[in-house]
Order: sequence, then C-alpha cells, then structure tokens
Amino acid sequence: MLTFILKRLGLALLVAFTVSFISFSLLFLSGDPAAALAGETASGEDVEALRRLYGFDRPMLVQYGEWLFSALRGDFGESYYFKLPVASLIADRLQITMTLGVCGIVFALVTAVPLGVVAAIRPNSLIDRVALFLSVAGQAMPSFWFGLILIVVFAIQLGWLPPSGAASWKHFIMPTIVLGYYAMPAIMRLTRAGMLDVLNSDFIRTARAKGAGETRVLFKHALRNAIIPVVSLAAVQMGFMLGGSIVVESVFALHGAGYLAWESIARNDLPTVQALILVFSMFYIVFTFIADVLNAWLDPRMRSA
Amino acid sequence: MLGTTTRSTLLAATLMASVAMPVMADKASGTLNVAFTKELENVDSYFNSSREGVVLQRAVWDGLIYRDPETNEYVGNLATSWEWIDDTTLEFKLREGVTFHNGEAFSADDVVYTVNFVANEENGAKTQRNVNWMKSAEKIDDYTVRIHLKDKFPAAIEFLSGPVSMYPDEYYAEAGPSGMGLKPVGTGPYKVVEVVPGQHFVLEANESYHDSPKGQPELARIDIRTIPDVNTQMAELFSGTLDLIWQVPADQANKLAQMDQFTVANESTMRVGYLQMDAAGRSGESPFTNKLVRQAVNHAINRQELVDALLQGSSKVVYTPCFPSQFGCVQDVTEYEYDPEKSKALLAEAGYPDGFSIDFYAYRDRQYAEAIASYLNAVGIETNFNMLQYSALRELNMKGEVPVSFQTWGSYSINDASAMVSQFFKHGALDSTRDDEVLEWLDVADSSTDPDTRLEYYTKALKKITEEAYWAPMFTYNTNYVFKTEVSYTPTADEVLRFVDMSWN
Repeated sequence: MLTFILKRLGLALLVAFTVSFISFSLLFLSGDPAAALAGETASGEDVEALRRLYGFDRPMLVQYGEWLFSALRGDFGESYYFKLPVASLIADRLQITMTLGVCGIVFALVTAVPLGVVAAIRPNSLIDRVALFLSVAGQAMPSFWFGLILIVVFAIQLGWLPPSGAASWKHFIMPTIVLGYYAMPAIMRLTRAGMLDVLNSDFIRTARAKGAGETRVLFKHALRNAIIPVVSLAAVQMGFMLGGSIVVESVFALHGAGYLAWESIARNDLPTVQALILVFSMFYIVFTFIADVLNAWLDPRMRSA
Repeated sequence: MLGTTTRSTLLAATLMASVAMPVMADKASGTLNVAFTKELENVDSYFNSSREGVVLQRAVWDGLIYRDPETNEYVGNLATSWEWIDDTTLEFKLREGVTFHNGEAFSADDVVYTVNFVANEENGAKTQRNVNWMKSAEKIDDYTVRIHLKDKFPAAIEFLSGPVSMYPDEYYAEAGPSGMGLKPVGTGPYKVVEVVPGQHFVLEANESYHDSPKGQPELARIDIRTIPDVNTQMAELFSGTLDLIWQVPADQANKLAQMDQFTVANESTMRVGYLQMDAAGRSGESPFTNKLVRQAVNHAINRQELVDALLQGSSKVVYTPCFPSQFGCVQDVTEYEYDPEKSKALLAEAGYPDGFSIDFYAYRDRQYAEAIASYLNAVGIETNFNMLQYSALRELNMKGEVPVSFQTWGSYSINDASAMVSQFFKHGALDSTRDDEVLEWLDVADSSTDPDTRLEYYTKALKKITEEAYWAPMFTYNTNYVFKTEVSYTPTADEVLRFVDMSWN
C-alpha cells in the first residue's frame, strides 16, 4: 500500500509541474500583458513603460524559471491587477470556493446516492422514472438559468433567502443546490448502473441464499462494491466544482476562486492566473489521488495498479 | 459567455413578472446600496483605470480645482485661486483649515508630495497621461504652491479638476499605493470605512467636510457591492437589497422604466464609437489608403439607424473624432449622409467595382459591430469578423496589423478635445493615418495657452481629418441609471456617479 501511495504521489507531482509549464507557455503566447495592465485609457508610451517595468521583454524560459523558483518558496508574486500578494488574494477567495465545493458535493452525494440505490432496486418503476427525469433535467438546464429561477422564487417572491452575496450561511443555500444539482445526475446514474450490475451478480445471490437480510445485502454487499466508481467520479466532480464554479459564483456574486480565474484571464493578470491554474490542477491531482487511495482501500485488487 | 442580450431579455421578463413583494425601503437605515459590475483593482485612483475608480475618487478625494458638471465652469476646491506665472508654471493659493479623514491637516506639503510622487514615472501611476504633463511641485509657503509643467499644457486646469487629486503626504509616504487602496484617506465628502478588494466598499459621510463646491454629503452611508451579473443586480433591486444600479442595458432599462417603484435616468457619456481605417497602409496592401474607399465606408453606415435601434437613449450621431462638448471639438466638419448607392459608386471609382474582402476587428458591443459589418457587406465590402479581447486588439493595432476596426474611446471624461483627437492623430503607435499636417496643427492646439489659437488649430485639424475621411466616427454612447423612487439624483453627462449629489426623497 505504501509503495502504491508513493508511486501515485510522484506521478501527481510530475503532472502538476507539466501543467504549470504548459499553462505558462500558453499564457505567454496569448497576448501582451503590458497592454492589458495599462488598461483601456493608456497610450502606447504607457504600455511600453509597463513592459519594461515588469520585464515582459525577456525570454519566456527566464520568466518561467523565475516564477517557478519563487513559487516553490510559496511566493506567487503580486497580482498585476490588484497589486496585492497573489497568495493572500487566492487564499481569501478559496474559502468561498471550498465552502461551496464541499457543500455542493455533499448535497450531490446525499441526494444522488440514495436515489440511485432506490432506482436500482425498482428498475423501471415510477421512482426510477422520476430519478431519470431529474437527471436529464439537471444535465440539460444551464446553471445560470437554474440559479436565476431559484433567485426569482426564493429571494424575490418568497423572500426566504438573500439573492446574492456571501455574508451568511443562508447565502450559500441556493448556490449549493445549483452547483450540487449539476453534479448529481452523473453520480446517480453511476450508482444506479453499478447497483444493477452488482445486484445481478453471483455473490449477491449467494448472500441472499445464505439468508442475509435485504438491508444487509444492499448496503454491506452491494453498495460497497457499486460505490467504487462513484468515489472516483465524485472526486473528479469535486475538482470540477472547485475550478469550475465560475457561472454559479458569477450569478450569485460570490467572489470565489473560479470567478477570480475567469476575470484574471480577461485582465491578463498572469501571476494570478498562473497560481490559480496550479492550485486547481493540484485539486484535481489531490482528489484523484485520494480517490485512488480510497478505491485501493475499498478494493484490494486495485493496489497493484 | 455571461450576460448575453437574448438571455438577459428572457430573464428580465421573468424577473418583471415575479415582483410581488412590497419593496422594503432602505431609507430608514440611511444606507444607499449600490452595485458595481466590474471588480475595481485598487481604490487608489492613480492605480486604477476604471470607471468605478473614478466614482470612488470623486467621493473620497478632492482636486485643487472643481469643474461644475452642469456649467463646465472651473471653481476652486482645495485651492481658492490660481494663476499662470508663465506658460509652464501654475501658482495656487490653498484653502486653509481642511483636514484629511485621518486628521492630518491639508497644506502645501501634501500637494508637493502628491504631485512629485505621481509625476515620477518610476512610481508607476497607471494612466500616465493624467499625470505625466507635470514635472514637479514646489512649496512657496504653507498655503501657496507652484506646479511646474514639463511643457506648455493648456488642458492642465481640466486635468487638475479631474483625475489629479490630493493625498495626505505623511500617510501616503507610509502606506503607498497598496496601503492607500486598502485604507483610503482623502479630504472628500465620503470617507472609506471598509474595503474588501474588488468586492465590497463601504463609505460614510464626512461630517467635517469643508465648504467645497461639491456640496455637503446627504446620504449617511453608501454600501457598494460588486455583482457581475446584470440579472442578479436586478433581482437584488427587486428584493429591496439594492437601491441603485447603473450601466443598465437599454432593453432592461426600458422595461424597468414601466414600473413605478423605479426611476430610470438616461444620460449621454463621453464615449464615442468609430471605425478606424488603415489610411497609412501599415497593414500592407490596404484599400483604405485610397480616400475614395474611406469616403465609401463613411457613406455606407446608417448612423441614425444604429442610434435609434441599438444605442437608444441620449446617444447622438457624430462625425468628429471627439465628443461634441469637449473644448475644441467643433462640429462644423464634413458630414457623410447614409447613401449606399453613392458608397458603391465611390468603390467602383476607386477600382473596386465588386467590392473587396477585409479583416474587420472589434472588442466590445458585438451587436453594434455586427450591424456595422452588415452595412459594409451591403455595399460590397466583405468582412471577416474577428472579436478579440481589448488587450489583444490593442496589441495588433499598435503593430499596425489592423485594416479596419470598430473602436470606442471615452476620453477619461476629460472635457477637452486633446483627450481624444490628440491621442490618435499624432503619429503614436495607435495612429493609423500619419498625416504630417494634422500632427503639426495638433501640436499647436495642444500646447498653446491662448484659447482662440487652440480653437483655430483644432478646427483645422478636425476639418482635414473629416474631409479626408480618415475615420468613420458614428455615435456617442449613453448609460442608464436605475434607482428606487426614494432616491433623488440627476446623473451628469460625464458618466461619474456622484454620491454627494444624491439625497432621499
């Protein structure tokens, strides 16, 4: 198990390094940061002055090396846009994104897994149909639309919840539902398919034959096996939620890391974008890693992988 | 990606239909809740270049001079009087008894420190043009100060009444631009009590505000949140948690105007939309080096239709490469009426009887750009439409690789033609025309201290620019302000929200 973990860790670090190098090269090619920095009202001379000031005229490898060296010491530089240290800027914004991501995935799991199990026990029943409908709707409905519908109903008409912002836990209810709902269908479909598969297998028949109770069969035997792919999927979804909650953050005016990334790209704020890409890729890597370890723990056969 | 018009219209309708709750007035709490759309980078006004920054600058700080937005007259603010000692030296008598929000007394030392700091290019003030005409400042006595200019610069008074505001010397020396951005200190009608960078700004009325021409603040507290999505802003407005939003798209504003709990005010802005053509031939073989082609483009566009159908509000058709209210922006110039037949004839005469195909660029207002492209298509100019980020287009433009593009310029709300025409026709990197005569005239106009001479030379330059059809100026922009009927406010034409001019009804 330890060798397995170490191997995975080494691989994860390599991926992180590669991602940072590729993103740096892409950003370098994507446009002149000096022009964006100077803003819409600046003259050509302003832009030239800024280019010299920030050293954008130097070769790319030199700039990347410099960035990497500082980043290894935890110094991500200063945001071109906010003139504040990138590390503290991101730390601030990540709190919101993490809260949202954790709430979102918990919401998705808590609703999707039971629905999937129930749908699998009674395939083609009314409850299976309802679950199918929910999942299709969840995949098809754009999250900005769903978010605004919730705002119209719960904030404006009923007045139960605040429309946007992040001032209290109440502000997170609607964004959680929107973000979680988007991840729900896939988790539910996978739980259902896994359960159906497992429930038809020999060892379940054996378990039933030796007289195990239905609850015990479902949860101890069936779900434990069916949940393995769900764990991997949930980990990827979690990574997606942390990096991809841009739309939800924008609709609910939550100034999280996803929205910061989106805006920073448009502002050519290279240090911020660079650091965010690293952080987001680390999330994917860490969650995939955790999923691998969890799977290995749930299913010893995977430890050799 | 976010905030497309079709989507907005659809949602606007849903939102309108859903208003059932009585709107809870914030009047009782004395707080005016306002939304910004864009994240402001730094409250320090020398280190941002956005409209939101100007709004805060006017609330938190004061300049030496104040321009009345109604009459355009200059009156003293932190200075009580001023005079030109010579062409490059201005002397100011300062107002006594003014204090900054942190208790520091205002005196000549503050002016000297502020001017010397921002005029030094190494300190990196973001919009250099706002400050780089100043060389230094010199203290004569505690309440007399001189500002030395690098060169003759008649628009100095306009700049001193606009982007140049005075900072406390001791505090700024210690805090610097990032400290000032987090805990701003000025002399203005509002003091800043909370800053969450880019997201949230809370202002409180400055109880001991001096006897300024800006007037005294009436609203006790201003709470500004950044809400990027216009639909969310409207939802907040409906649920009573916002009192004022601005820069509202025309279609939504029209619908909001029909509801009686909101006031919708439309005002023009200084932004001018125009087509820039590569008359100098910097992009290689450019058909636009031919004057007949440029005239054809000018005749191809139905400016009035663009204004009526798309921009609406108080937008107007313009033919000058500057905003009509700006000093020197004479309107007696060559005008090109909409005449597609004439346009085709001009193209044929220029040797393009079947038109030609060209790369057409834009960076904002896609709908407008597409409408303009279709006018060009109608006379035979095939456009390969490219929508770029502002910075990317700007870079291409500076390299001279753009044959024709839809551009806009807001002149930083400076009411002087030099803020626009002199930016683009003086052979800088963004000049696509390179006319020596125009350069020569603009040099005289920009540096003369005699208003009549300035007017004479701007007239010459503008007449030639329009006669040569170097650009196709099209329209001015406007913006919509929507606020609860409890709020009393009359917006001004310079697109600056002035909290000090607002009150409760």
